[in-house]
Amino acid sequence: MRIVVLVKPVPDPASAGERLGPDGRLDRSATPAVVNGNDEYALEAALKLVAVAPEGSEVSLLSMAPASAPDTLRKALAMGATRGVLVTDPALAGSDAVSTARVLAAALRMLDYDLVLAGVDTSDGVGGTVAAAVAAHLRLPYLSYAARIEPDEAGGTVQVRRISPTGYDLLQAPMPALISCTQALGEPRYPSLKGIMGARSKEIVGRSLADLGLDPAAIGGAVATTAVRETRTPPPRGATEVVRGTPTEGAARITELLAARRLI
Amino acid sequence: MDSSAVAPGYRLTEDQGLLREAVRVLADERVAPRAAEIDRTAEFPEDLRQLLAAQDILALPFPEQHGGLGGDLLSVCLAVEQLSRACATTGLILAAHELGALPIVLAGTPRQQARWIPRLASGEWLICFALTEAEAGSDVAAARTRAVRDGDVYRITGSKRFITHGSVSNLVTVFAVTDPEAPRHRRLSCFVVELPTPGFAVTRLEHKMGLRGSPTAELAFDAVSVPVDNRIGAEGDGFEIAMRTFERSRPAIAAQAVGIAQGALEAAVAYAADRRQFGQRIGDLQMVGAMLADMDAATESARQLLYKACAEIEAGSPDAGRWSAMCKLVAGDAAMRVTTDAVQVLGGYGYIDDFPVERMMRDAKITQIYEGTQQIQRLVIARALLGKGG
Repeated sequence: MRIVVLVKPVPDPASAGERLGPDGRLDRSATPAVVNGNDEYALEAALKLVAVAPEGSEVSLLSMAPASAPDTLRKALAMGATRGVLVTDPALAGSDAVSTARVLAAALRMLDYDLVLAGVDTSDGVGGTVAAAVAAHLRLPYLSYAARIEPDEAGGTVQVRRISPTGYDLLQAPMPALISCTQALGEPRYPSLKGIMGARSKEIVGRSLADLGLDPAAIGGAVATTAVRETRTPPPRGATEVVRGTPTEGAARITELLAARRLI
Repeated sequence: MDSSAVAPGYRLTEDQGLLREAVRVLADERVAPRAAEIDRTAEFPEDLRQLLAAQDILALPFPEQHGGLGGDLLSVCLAVEQLSRACATTGLILAAHELGALPIVLAGTPRQQARWIPRLASGEWLICFALTEAEAGSDVAAARTRAVRDGDVYRITGSKRFITHGSVSNLVTVFAVTDPEAPRHRRLSCFVVELPTPGFAVTRLEHKMGLRGSPTAELAFDAVSVPVDNRIGAEGDGFEIAMRTFERSRPAIAAQAVGIAQGALEAAVAYAADRRQFGQRIGDLQMVGAMLADMDAATESARQLLYKACAEIEAGSPDAGRWSAMCKLVAGDAAMRVTTDAVQVLGGYGYIDDFPVERMMRDAKITQIYEGTQQIQRLVIARALLGKGG
């Protein structure tokens, strides 16, 4: 079983320092980068699948990101991925979802895999469209919103529980396939200290657009089909009351507040 | 200033930085939420011991050839500090494990190391250090537990008091008198005893002021049979092995103290930035702000002395005993002062267990007492100054 997990470095949501540049694009130098949260869930699912798969099974990472990304990818390698492929090229700056999907699809064409796993969306742009577009480029079955993944290697198929408004749908597709992963798959592990130390010597292969056979003029900000026209900060919320005291006091006060608004 | 004038290693290495960050995240997300409950129930956190094992944190002090991580002293201390910032009982799991294993690491034969270290490094086994007796606390050489040679075995008889992890360990490093007639510092020998074993019993568990989740046991040895192969070092080496052990174990207690102080400082700052009285944040009141500043400076001073001590000890300083005594002395006092002031900053809320600082204040006290009281640390330092040696 060979699994490729799509991984994106995003500004650390915990740092609260996210900032937009004058062009409306995210200023990635302003905030420390971390692995996108949903991608960690996808990686965890992949690691669990290869743990019970035959010897020689492995998880690789694929990322399209600035040249500083290896530092961020190390954490994903520390969790247990075997190697990483990083597509980085100055021409990629300002890429929209269309460019990103084309690049990732081109990179995947050079890799062997049974499954490609991706997080349902990324916490920076929150578009949630790239994984589906990659699947379309590669004509792969696209199984979305996975809450459970059950590959059948002998049969060459994979079965996925897709979260639906009423419960879940059961999807089955031939492999290779692309699956978008939800947090219902289970909490990502913490990298062990041995994993962290070992990750420093793991391979991260760099790829440029030329390596992928893509024309830089046809990719990136210059040909983006979407642009940020305007940004606005959400209006501040009304006054907040912080309830303090013992749990009993707090519960009493909260009950009072909810009752006053006729919510309970 | 010429940057080459800065001593190499004055800043953390990349590995040390990664390790500290990894343990910090684990402490914040997995250890801190358990701390109050561990204190309240006074139960050993077996779940967290397993977590430390699974994350290789218990492997830190051991050589790589036996499945350890080969971490240097500072790396061990960074991990103890970060864990103790969230929960001093959990920080002590690593510190006490290292303490118990140090005699094997420092003075064990290759065969002894290969026999015991892999299961200690994996965290499958815990080890405890049994030196103190009811009548032999600071006066280590006054120990009365006896080990009598009988062919291929020793028979150990006696009692050990205040033994951290004594009731949850699979191995105990025990110090016993092999020659009562020898000079004071040649009477003791060191043995590793595999548990359980006939004649060994846990006879008492202490009810403590702090570190309440860490079991502190009284151990009874009634003619416990121990193979000669389990003796660490030669007969009579016990006192020296214990002293060499303390040179490397006291910094871990200093790290626990620094971690407790840091945890209390952070709790106090968060409270002072949030709590409003007289129409302003109490941290903006100069008297409170000054307390926070002093707490920060005391914590950072202790931390820097600890890190320096680790570097000196690791480099083989002939003054290792003095460095280890100084860092524990300064850090223990800092932890007590900072946690006491943290309770003061929180006022009435500091005195109740809805906030962590009263627990931290109770936990801090032991760092002035165990692995040598502050008075013993001063004795060690003064003797080093006056050149009298041990």
